[in-house]
Amino acid sequence: MTAMPVVEASIPTKVSVRDLDFYYGSSKALKSISLPLYTNKVTAFIGPSGCGKSTLLRILNRMYDLYPRQRAEGEVLLDGENILDPSIDLNLLRSRVGMVFQKPTPFPMSIYDNIAFGIRLYEKLSRSELDGRVEAALRGAALWDEVRDKLNSSGLGLSGGQQQRLCIARTVAIQPEVILFDEPCSALDPISTAKIEELIDELSERYTIAIVTHNMQQAARVSDYTAFMYLGDLVEFGETNNLFTAPQNKKTQDYITGRFG
Amino acid sequence: MSLYSSRRRTNALATTLCWTGTIFGLAWLVLILGALIYEGARGLTPAVFTEMTPPPGSSGGLLNAIAGSLVMTVIGVLLGTPLGMLAGTFMAEYGRYSKLATVVRFINDILLSAPSIVIGLFVYTVVVARVGHFSGIAGALALAVLVVPVVVRTTEDMLLLVPSPLREAAAALGLPRSHMLMRVAYRAAKSGIVTGVLLAVARVSGETAPLLFTSLNNQFWSTDLNAPVSSLPVVIFQFALSPYKDWQQLAWTGALLVTVAVLLLSITARALSSQGTQK
Repeated sequence: MTAMPVVEASIPTKVSVRDLDFYYGSSKALKSISLPLYTNKVTAFIGPSGCGKSTLLRILNRMYDLYPRQRAEGEVLLDGENILDPSIDLNLLRSRVGMVFQKPTPFPMSIYDNIAFGIRLYEKLSRSELDGRVEAALRGAALWDEVRDKLNSSGLGLSGGQQQRLCIARTVAIQPEVILFDEPCSALDPISTAKIEELIDELSERYTIAIVTHNMQQAARVSDYTAFMYLGDLVEFGETNNLFTAPQNKKTQDYITGRFG
Repeated sequence: MSLYSSRRRTNALATTLCWTGTIFGLAWLVLILGALIYEGARGLTPAVFTEMTPPPGSSGGLLNAIAGSLVMTVIGVLLGTPLGMLAGTFMAEYGRYSKLATVVRFINDILLSAPSIVIGLFVYTVVVARVGHFSGIAGALALAVLVVPVVVRTTEDMLLLVPSPLREAAAALGLPRSHMLMRVAYRAAKSGIVTGVLLAVARVSGETAPLLFTSLNNQFWSTDLNAPVSSLPVVIFQFALSPYKDWQQLAWTGALLVTVAVLLLSITARALSSQGTQK
């Protein structure tokens, strides 16, 4: 058992990953990963392609379960409950741990329905309550002012950045506890990226956030903690400021200074 | 330099061959359509749509054949479409990674290219021979068997085209799979599936062989599906082979009607699928 990296013992831990191994068929993609996600903090996973950072993220809501021959071993505790337990209700887990993807994925329906859809799944609300929740979600994703006059037009008609914020609004609307971002800005222009980053910052007041990113400046800007991964190993975990200014590990230093990766 | 000019020659040759092939193929199509319109339009009178198929030597129309074709096609499609969609959904969603889906896909491909006369004989053996007489129901069943593989194939293909991030996004909201299917995947694949059904209709509406063994023909107006029913393809088959001029004329007109109907269906299907891709 590798020791859990403890950085801030005083902050409550929302998710703790313990001794996690992951396999795609017979190839091992994650090797004994242990790290915490602190409550209402932003944790960034960085590392070169193929290091396992997206894999790690997709374990946190058990997205890998959609595919055959993928399995995880170890423990991932969400509020103390092991989510890798086969008896756990996956739909309930995913309503607590939301996810925003690399490419915007609006559903083929109106902007309003894109948001209301998820809410209706969990709650029976009157029309006016539902309207309120949709508005709140869109405001929360800084999209309300842009779409308030066209709630009934298709979500597919929005720009890429707006679509991504729609997806964030959709995720926020069902009131999760944790939000996972899988390279949310890699398909967006710099202005949209800035908006999303600002949003992540605001969201961290209410949600525990994990973000996978290829962009180290982005990790430095938005995250409180950073995990550097390499070839399936967690190389270094620490406060973002410390990790970027005074990395403990040679590999981390090489990566953040652009010497490889 | 000689290398360059030889390339130019090869290019010219290949281009010429492509054009020749295209023109050769299109020429036959134009000839067939031209002959069909020329011969068929001559007999296109209101009587075609209002009168029954006549005995030789007297005047008449194709009303009972048109109605029979419509009824059997509609029943065949209504029976075949849900079955095909369910099977296609299984293969694309629930059984995507299972051996069973591979087996079903293989068998479905065989069924897709099976000669329709074999289907006719199958329904003859299973239904007509048991019941003891030809019937409209048997005809509709034969058409349904032809519809199923087409719909299975398009449903599966269209659902597989739904990008997996969209599936994951639905799952990430905690949607049960059935919800994901009904509310997201079918919606995204809708125009493609509708196109597939229309193409299946187009395919079966011209089928003669399966009906010869099942619904046979009926010279009179009949709404009894338990009795032989007339249909355009069978009437065309019978009338075209006859020595009577007026029957031959009706066969041309019937062929024109079937062709126009199939053409309209195909164009609608095309328009729908292109509408689906430009979002």
